Amino acid sequence: MQAFEYVAPRSLDEATHVLAHVGAEARCLGGGTDLIAQMREGRRSARVVVDIKRIPELDALKFDPIHGLTLGAAVPCSRIHSHGAVAAAFPGLIDAVSLIGGIAIQNRASLGGNICTASPAGDSLPALLVHNAHVLLASAQGTRRLPLSAFFVGPGKTVLRPDELVVQIELPAPPAGFGAAYLRFTPRNEMDIAVVGVGAAVVLENGLITQARVALGAVAPTPILVPEAAEALVGKAPSPEVFADAAAAAQRAAQPITDMRGTAEQRRHLVGVLTWRALQRAVERARVSQLPQPTAQ
Amino acid sequence: MTVLEQERIQTQSTSKTFRVIGRRVPRPDGVDKVTGRAQYGADVKLSGMLYGKVLRSPHAHARIVSIDTREAEALPGVKAVITGKDFKPAEDRVERSGEGVVNYSYLSQNVMAQDKVLYHGHAVAAVAATNPHIAEEALARIKVEYEVLPPVLDVLEAMREDAPILLPNLRTRELGEPVSDRPTNIASHEQYARGDVERGFAEADVIVEREFRTSTVHQGYIEPQNATALWNADGFITVWTSTQAAWDERRELSEILHVPISNIRVIPMEIGGGFGGKLNVYLEPLAALLSLKAGHRPVKMWMQRDEVLKATGPTSASVIRVKVGARRDGVITAAQAWLAYEAGAFPGSPVGAGMGVIFAPYRLENLLIDGYDVVVNKPAAKPYRAPGGTNAAFASETVVDELAEKLGMDPIAFRRINAAKEGDRRADGPVYGRIGYIETLDAIANHPHYRSPLPAPSAPWCRVGRGVASGFWFNWDGKSSASAIVNPDGTVSYLEGSTDIGGTRASLAMQLAETLGIDYTDVRPMVGDTQTVGYNDATGGSRTTYGSGIAAYHLGKAIIRAMKERAARLWDVPAEDVDVDGDTYCYGERCITFKALCAKLEETGGPLSVSVSVDTHGAIPALATHVVDVEVDIETGKVSILRYTAAQDVGRAIHPDYVEGQIHGGVAQGIGWALNEEYVYDADGHLLNASLLDYRMPTALDLPMIETVLVEVPNPNHPFGVKGVGEVPIVPPAAAIANAIYRAIGVRMTTLPMKPSAILKALGTIP
Repeated sequence: MQAFEYVAPRSLDEATHVLAHVGAEARCLGGGTDLIAQMREGRRSARVVVDIKRIPELDALKFDPIHGLTLGAAVPCSRIHSHGAVAAAFPGLIDAVSLIGGIAIQNRASLGGNICTASPAGDSLPALLVHNAHVLLASAQGTRRLPLSAFFVGPGKTVLRPDELVVQIELPAPPAGFGAAYLRFTPRNEMDIAVVGVGAAVVLENGLITQARVALGAVAPTPILVPEAAEALVGKAPSPEVFADAAAAAQRAAQPITDMRGTAEQRRHLVGVLTWRALQRAVERARVSQLPQPTAQ
Repeated sequence: MTVLEQERIQTQSTSKTFRVIGRRVPRPDGVDKVTGRAQYGADVKLSGMLYGKVLRSPHAHARIVSIDTREAEALPGVKAVITGKDFKPAEDRVERSGEGVVNYSYLSQNVMAQDKVLYHGHAVAAVAATNPHIAEEALARIKVEYEVLPPVLDVLEAMREDAPILLPNLRTRELGEPVSDRPTNIASHEQYARGDVERGFAEADVIVEREFRTSTVHQGYIEPQNATALWNADGFITVWTSTQAAWDERRELSEILHVPISNIRVIPMEIGGGFGGKLNVYLEPLAALLSLKAGHRPVKMWMQRDEVLKATGPTSASVIRVKVGARRDGVITAAQAWLAYEAGAFPGSPVGAGMGVIFAPYRLENLLIDGYDVVVNKPAAKPYRAPGGTNAAFASETVVDELAEKLGMDPIAFRRINAAKEGDRRADGPVYGRIGYIETLDAIANHPHYRSPLPAPSAPWCRVGRGVASGFWFNWDGKSSASAIVNPDGTVSYLEGSTDIGGTRASLAMQLAETLGIDYTDVRPMVGDTQTVGYNDATGGSRTTYGSGIAAYHLGKAIIRAMKERAARLWDVPAEDVDVDGDTYCYGERCITFKALCAKLEETGGPLSVSVSVDTHGAIPALATHVVDVEVDIETGKVSILRYTAAQDVGRAIHPDYVEGQIHGGVAQGIGWALNEEYVYDADGHLLNASLLDYRMPTALDLPMIETVLVEVPNPNHPFGVKGVGEVPIVPPAAAIANAIYRAIGVRMTTLPMKPSAILKALGTIP
C-alpha cells in the first residue's frame, strides 16, 4: 500500500474544498469497509483520504412520519436498524442493512459507501430503489438532488464527479398500506455476496395493489428498477399468479452474466424465485401495516 | 444457547476408574489465548528485523525466461532479493515426513520456482526490506519474463497422452518401479487386490456402479503461514514459525539450504490451525536465505490470505469410480474402485490413503482398487485432515447407501451385515485390532436422532431427508520424546515436543498426572523446540494423544522409578522394596506422598530431571458413523443442515471436551467440503476465488449444533486405551449429506460441492 494523506474535515464546505483541490486523487472514507480493503489489496489508490464521518450533515439520521427519512451518507447500518420508528417504516431497507456484513461491519459500514462503491450486488441498493430513494450531492459549486435510479452508471461507476460527495440519502415517508422486502440469495447464510438480490415494495388499498416497485441486484451492470414488473402488479389483487407474472417480467428485464459466484441461467432463475418471495413478504407486511397500530402511551 | 447432552457409551472394560483421565479440566493455554497473550508467529519481533515478501507467478504454467531484480535491489530500504538461482538443487530423494512422504527436490522447487512456474501463485522471487511496504514496492520492480505454456487443470485431462507435461523428468511408477520411459503427468499407479472381483460380481444380485468427482479444497486454517528466520554470522539458523512438525521442518531446511540439522533450530510458536497444511516448509527457507543475504539480520514473513489459498495446501480434486455388488441377503460380494487424485504441481496426492479408506469399514473377500497420483497446474497438494478420505468415502458410502436402498434394507442394518471387526483384513494389508465400528452403527441406530421422525419442511418449496454414512481413518503412532523436572514444591514441569493444535498440552499432562497419581494442576506442560526436547514426529495422523501420550506414560514411569530410589535413600532401604500406590511411596509401614518426597529431593541426591524417547506402535484405526437431516430448497437449490449426530469409536476420551471439539471441527469442515467449498479456476488456470469471501467455508450460521456420541472401545495397546480421534470425523459428512439430499429430492449427487447451482442442475431446473 502506498503512503497517503489523511484529512478529516469538520464541515461540508471544508470537505468540498478539499475535493475541489485534490480532484480524482481523493477518496472519501466512511466506515472504510470497502475502501480500506481495496487500498490494502492494491485495487484502488488515493493520494488523499477524506474522512467524512466528522461532517455533521453526513452523520445525521432524521426521521419524521410526514417528511420521511434523511440518512447522512456516513451513518452506519447499525444505527439504522436499531432505530425503532425507522425499522417499522422502511422494512425493505431494514432487511438489507441487517444483512450487510457481521455486527462489527454493520457498526462501520454506511449506505453512502454502499451506493458510491456501486457494486451491482450491493445489498442496500435494490432496497433503496424500491423505497424511492433520492440522493443529495454536494461540491464547491453547490448541490444537486437526483433519484437514486439515475445515480448508477456501471459496475463501480456513478454520476458522482471527482469534486463531489454524497451528503445524504432521502427516503419519502411511506403511505398507508405500504410494505416492502429485500431478499438475496447467497450460498452461505452470511458473509457472502448476493448471487441475486431483489427488492419489492407495494401499497395496498382496499385489497388492491395501487403502487409497486421491483428492483434487482447482481443481474445487470447496475442495480435496476423493473417498471414492467410493477405494471404487472398495479390494479391487481395480490395472488400467487400475479406475483408470478411480475416475477416473469423481472426475469425478462434481467441481463445476468456468468461469473464465479453464479451462472447466468442460475441468476435468471433466481430472479423469478426471489421476486415472487419478496412480493409475498412485502404484501404480508403491507397487510400488517394496515392493521390498527397500538398507540404509544 | 442450547446446551446439548453429549453422550458417552463405555464398554465394560472401560469401567476402570481414573483420577484425572476423562475429566473436563481447564486447558493450560486458555488464559493466554483468551487474553491475547499467547505468542504466535505474528508476535515475533527481533531487533534489526527485516520484512520479507514473495513475488508470485501470475501464470498457471510458464517457463521463466529471465528475472531482472536490479531495480528492486536499488530501492532504498531493500536489503536482499532472492530468486530460484539462490537455491542449490536439493536431492531427488523421498523420505517420510509428517503424515506422508516428501521429495526434497520437489519441495525446494515448490518453495521457489526454478526454470518453470507450475501454478498460479508459485513463488518466483522474494525481497527483504526495512518495512513491509518497501518490500511490496520492490516486488513491483522485479521484471520477470515468462514463456506461457498451456495449463492442465483436470486430472483426467492430465492423464491423456497428449496432455501438456508439467515435469519433463517424471515417469510413471508402479509398485515403486518406473514402468515406461515416456514423459507423463501420472506419477504413480498402485493397486490393492484380493479374491476375484469378477466372480464376486457374478454372485451379486444387485450391482451399483457410479463415477464421482470432487473439487480442490483448502484446509482453511485461520492463521496464515508465517516464519521469522535468523541466519546468524556463526552459521546457526533459528526459525520461529507456525508448524505442526518442527523436526520435519528442520530436516527440510537442512536439505533445501544444505546446512546440517545441528545448525538449525526450529521453534514452533502457538498455531492458529493447520489440519495437515502446516507439515511442510513454505516461507521458512526463504526467510533464512534472505537473512543470510541481508547480512545476518532476522527476516520476518507472513502470507496474505490470497497467498495462503493460491500457494499452500490444498487437498486433491479427484475422480473416483466405484462398483459394488451384494447378494439379496445383504452380503457384499465384490467391491471395485478406480481413483485418480490431483497431486497439484508435484507428485504426492493422498490417493494411497484414499485407496485404504474407500472400503475400509467392510469385510470384503473380493476387492480391486486402483489409484493414480497425477500432477496438474494447481498448488502442490498437502495433507488435509484424513487426507484423501473424504473424497473416497463420498464415493463408496453413496454407493453403499444406494445398494441398501435397492435391497430394501435399512442403511445401518446393511452396513452392520458387512461391518469389519477385529481380525478382518483391510484392503491395504493390515489386520484390524480391536476396532469399534459395529458399536458406532449401534450407537446411531439407537440414538434419538435416528429414531425420531424427520421434521416437517419449513416452507412449501422445501424437502427434508435423512442420510447416514460411515468413515475410517488409519491413525498413526510414531516417535515422541518428553522431559520433566520434578520441583521441590511437588509439581512437575513437563516439556513435550508435539505442537498443541487440538488441546494436547492438556490431554498429555492428564496422562502424566494419571501415571504419577498426582493432580492435573501439579503438572505444568510446555511445548519445546528442536533444541530443547528430543525428537517428535509431527502433530498429525491423529497420533499425538496416542504416541506422545505413551511418551508421557513412560516419562511418568521413569519419574516413579527415580522417586522410589529417593524414598529408598531417605529410609536407607533397597529401592526395589519400595511400593508405589497412586502418589504414595511405602516401605512396610513407612509411607510418604509424592509431594512430601519432592520436598526431600535436596537431601536424597539433589535435583531430579528425567527424559524419555519412545518409538510407539499399536495405533488402532478410528471408525465413525454419522447421521444428518437436511432441508433442500428446491427452488434455489440451497441445502440447510437441520441436525447432525456423529458417533465415533474414540478408544478412551482422555479429555472429552477436546474429543468432542475434534468431532465438531471435522464435521464442520466436512459440511463445508460437501456444500460449498471449491477452488474456482478460469480456463487459463487463474484461481478466481482466493479470498475467504469467495472460498465459501461455512460460518457458524451455516452449521447446526453438532451432537456427538463418544463410543469408548479402548485400545489394548495403549496404557489408557487411547485411539486417535482427530481425523475420522471429516470422512463421513459429504457422503452422509449426499445420502440425505437423495432422500429429500430423489437425486443422487455425484459431484462435490453439492452447491445450490449443482442441485438445481440435478433437478433439471436450470441447464
